[in-house]
Amino acid sequence: MGGSFALREFRFWLTNYRRTWRGSIYSSVLNPLLYLGAMGLGLGTLVDAHHSASLGGVSYLAFLAPGLLAAQAMQTAMGESTYPVLGSVKWRKVYVAAAATPLRPADIFHGHLLFTTMRLVMNCAIFLVVMTAFGAVRSAWVIAALPVAVLTGLAFATPIEAYAITLAKEQAFSLWYRFGLIPLFLFSGTFFPISQLPGWIRPLAYVTPLWHGVALCRSLSLGTATVWSALGHVTYLALLAAAGIAVGQRTYRRRLYV
Amino acid sequence: MTGSVTRVPGPDVLIHARGLAKTFGGAVAVAGIDFDLHRGEAFGFLGPNGAGKSSTMRMIGCVSPPGGGELSILGLDPVRDGPAIRARLGVVPQEDTLDLELTVRENLIIYGRYFGLPRQVIAERATRLLEFVQLGDRADDEVEPLSGGMKRRLTIARSLINEPEILLLDEPTTGLDPQARHAVWDRLYRLKQQGVTLVLTTHYMDEAEQLCDRLVVMDRGQIAAEGSPHELIKRYSTPEVLELRFDPDDHEQAAEKLAELLDVTAERIEVLADRILLYTRDGDTALAAVRGLGLEPVTSLVRRSTLEDVFLRLTGRRLED
Repeated sequence: MGGSFALREFRFWLTNYRRTWRGSIYSSVLNPLLYLGAMGLGLGTLVDAHHSASLGGVSYLAFLAPGLLAAQAMQTAMGESTYPVLGSVKWRKVYVAAAATPLRPADIFHGHLLFTTMRLVMNCAIFLVVMTAFGAVRSAWVIAALPVAVLTGLAFATPIEAYAITLAKEQAFSLWYRFGLIPLFLFSGTFFPISQLPGWIRPLAYVTPLWHGVALCRSLSLGTATVWSALGHVTYLALLAAAGIAVGQRTYRRRLYV
Repeated sequence: MTGSVTRVPGPDVLIHARGLAKTFGGAVAVAGIDFDLHRGEAFGFLGPNGAGKSSTMRMIGCVSPPGGGELSILGLDPVRDGPAIRARLGVVPQEDTLDLELTVRENLIIYGRYFGLPRQVIAERATRLLEFVQLGDRADDEVEPLSGGMKRRLTIARSLINEPEILLLDEPTTGLDPQARHAVWDRLYRLKQQGVTLVLTTHYMDEAEQLCDRLVVMDRGQIAAEGSPHELIKRYSTPEVLELRFDPDDHEQAAEKLAELLDVTAERIEVLADRILLYTRDGDTALAAVRGLGLEPVTSLVRRSTLEDVFLRLTGRRLED
């Protein structure tokens, strides 16, 4: 029963998406084109000219692309789980409307997460196609980077949704973007290996979910993944995602059942 | 409550509440109320803002767990059986929760899906309900530009998509202009005629008088009185009321003087900030008596008692400000 209730909420988000999907597809395609073009090809030519050993002997484009894939999943997750969640209870009140029907707060949460997952799959798949077209892929294992990137996104989406629903105001989001998303984006090994960071700061990178996503996506795309490290990364990301779901079930209930 | 016999609600009792309470962080919103709702009736909670009406409504709507006491809805437990109960309720919340970005019809379709209704059933009901609330010609328009009254009627249509056994209306016409209010009342009255069980909260005494078969007067989280509008007026007020307005400078003096009429021509006198109300059997006789005291009000009005008078009598305060 619970599963079908969550599907009803998912269908609401699908119906809602029907009006905006075109625009979202454009940016899903444009984003990797711009980043891979400017950083991968443009900046990459400079980097490759210096044969940086810390890139492990691959082109900068091949190094960068899978990292960006994971980072893009994080960005998609942020976009879907901040303003849309608070807005659904505060401005548009679509959560409030749904709570008056058989749906329970957890169903509303799960349904929204299903939609977030769908958006992650779409964006990551498009990114994979573009990066393949750029010739940035070294191994067929890159296929496995799709679920890993989606999981990376969920490791962000579930705790953020769980927290976003508790907020009274949206101001916190711009702080999250400025002091959370952007530093993670820049310093989690997406653009350069974290071995380049000062030693004392590296442990900080290891606890961020993005680093795990970047590391695993990269090793899959380059064909260097090992079973144990892959298992470690996946476990860490899955635990975060699961914790977010457990907390979100409570916070959604607290917000919607006053 | 006296006695220890727990009355088992009969099949026609749709909602049964005993000692129902709710507090929010120490503030008491509902302070232990008893009521029963019977199938087919229109039942009202009348009271000013902050009386605990909406909190009660939310507990009935299973979106707010009871803070104490008993509550059963359709014979089910609102905490354990929330989804099953809500499947059989229609809810018109105080603040519209329509999706402004979707069309009128899409709002009904989305809502119907929340109830798991088949596509065909939703489509058929949506068309019929939009006709019922006189929005048939706006079906494919976006909701945003609709007037407040139209949005309210759309919310009512939406609340009926699952053919609910009980329709909950929290302040259904608050914020609407008189014409829009009458249009909403007209639709609600028709639903009542069709046998839909209505529960509504209002702080408009005319709304309560027009729509409710039976109501409770709520004040500060408690039920002050219960009965049909007619019964309540009979029990707590006089047939007529003489409203007097004096020059503000003479207001207090006049009030003192009028006290002489107490128990003679007036059963009760209420001195409000701007008016003095004389509760009496016969307003015209009372007015003659007032003039006999040498008082000349600026304006005088004889009217029948209303629920507003009942509320004033019970709480010493007015319903609407």
